[in-house]
Amino acid sequence: MSSLKKWMQSKQSAIILPTITTLILFILWEIIVRLFSIPNFILPAPSAVIVALFSSGQILIKHALQTLMTTVVGFVLALALGLLLGFWIGFSKIAYAILYPLLVGFNTIPKVALVPLMALWFGVGAVPAILTAFLLAFFPIAVNVAVGLDTVEPEMRDVLKSLGASPWEIFVKVGLPHSMPYLFASLKIAISSAFIGSVISETVASNGGLGFVILTASSQFEVALAFSGLLVLSAMGVILYSFFATLERYIIHWAR
Amino acid sequence: MTETQAHSFPSTASENTSDNQVLEFRDVALQFQQNGQSLSIIQGVSFSLRHSEFISIVGPSGCGKTSLLRMVAGLTPVEMGQLLFRSQPIQGSLNSVGIAFQNPVLLPWRNTLQNVLLPLEIVQPYKQTFRQKLPEHITAAQELLATVGLDGFQKYYPWQLSGGMRQRASLCRALIHQPELLLLDEPFGALDAFTREDMWVMLQRLWQRTGCTSILVTHDLQEAVFLSDTIYVMSPRPSQIVLRLRVNLPRPRTLEMCLTDEFYHFVAEVRKHIHRSY
Repeated sequence: MSSLKKWMQSKQSAIILPTITTLILFILWEIIVRLFSIPNFILPAPSAVIVALFSSGQILIKHALQTLMTTVVGFVLALALGLLLGFWIGFSKIAYAILYPLLVGFNTIPKVALVPLMALWFGVGAVPAILTAFLLAFFPIAVNVAVGLDTVEPEMRDVLKSLGASPWEIFVKVGLPHSMPYLFASLKIAISSAFIGSVISETVASNGGLGFVILTASSQFEVALAFSGLLVLSAMGVILYSFFATLERYIIHWAR
Repeated sequence: MTETQAHSFPSTASENTSDNQVLEFRDVALQFQQNGQSLSIIQGVSFSLRHSEFISIVGPSGCGKTSLLRMVAGLTPVEMGQLLFRSQPIQGSLNSVGIAFQNPVLLPWRNTLQNVLLPLEIVQPYKQTFRQKLPEHITAAQELLATVGLDGFQKYYPWQLSGGMRQRASLCRALIHQPELLLLDEPFGALDAFTREDMWVMLQRLWQRTGCTSILVTHDLQEAVFLSDTIYVMSPRPSQIVLRLRVNLPRPRTLEMCLTDEFYHFVAEVRKHIHRSY
């Protein structure tokens, strides 16, 4: 019993258990589709999806790279601007008073609603996807960084002030490292949001990317291909998320 | 034996105007503005500290003890009265102040050694030569950590240390730049009774080694008696000093001394004046 408990906490089990669950899910899915002989154009069996995955491999890779590119570019833009605005808001009370309400108001707009507008301004293609990814990822980064800077214990500042530290030194020695856990928590959310933004935009206003593939495939009743697109999407989502989760663990190992 | 004169402190300033006087409060008062009304916190205090003197300020909550410390640290401006350090009014931070609070506020992303070295990265004149002299600084920090029994813990991060260890590291950080003034705001308030007593002994050792002029704000009367040369008791708001008590117990003081009648006499004397103020 205790050895099972021990194994449950091990790294191995963290990989093996979810894999088993996924396999069981796929097997159940396969059984249900075959048992009720559900037609392929409504719900394809996992076996058919995997066949489609390999037969259309090249197309999928090409469009996956397109989605990855728009996601990453949007995310990097959001990171740069989010950091800048977050530090500004966290650093200056005036900037906070002026910009924070605007930021919150802006964030309540469903970004999907903006995609047709962006298609109108920038045409169909990668630009609306990048911008949607940016818009979705920007807010959590800016807010978290501002909160991270704002929640520095006053006594920590006092220790540095009493030593004669300038506001800039206090920022570099305390504010910046203190906001890192907040930043990394937001990056995991932001990269997923950017990914969602890209795919949404691709399904509305694009001629490339996995969102576009899924949309066209389903309109042509190639449901197996649509599902294989979904499979690739979820794999990419997991990889992007775990990349930042791992990065977080190494960079801010001190935060417990 | 003990000098327990009350209500007559402006005179003490003139009493020792000799040049070994490091810090002097002259009628320092403090008011807060609240809803357009001014609330008097400190009515006026005058006292001074000799070089290497260890004093404690005790008094009921809200009497402005911490504010007095913050004024010395340059964190709260002195608006009424005068606060002189080496005969110069204090304006902003002094680079010869070390400070420790009840909360040790170590930086969690730095290990113990890096935390202790922090002031040297900021305070003049260490700042300019910090990188060149890093090996020397590390040796100094290691020695300091060894005096407080933290020699094996240099590479530990704050979350890996106990409360008492963090507070000891925090004291080392307050002393690494060899400040002339050590300001302690209830540094052991969050520790358990036994750990606290060990900290008194350790702090006394550090103080005797460095010769820092020290101000301790505390609620613990035994702590005040154990550590101080002089104890100042403040009244409730608007506060004044109601007692100045010289503690002439021999140094170094030991924990056994806390059980003697003589020690208890000092504690009782202070306690009596705090009680009477209500």
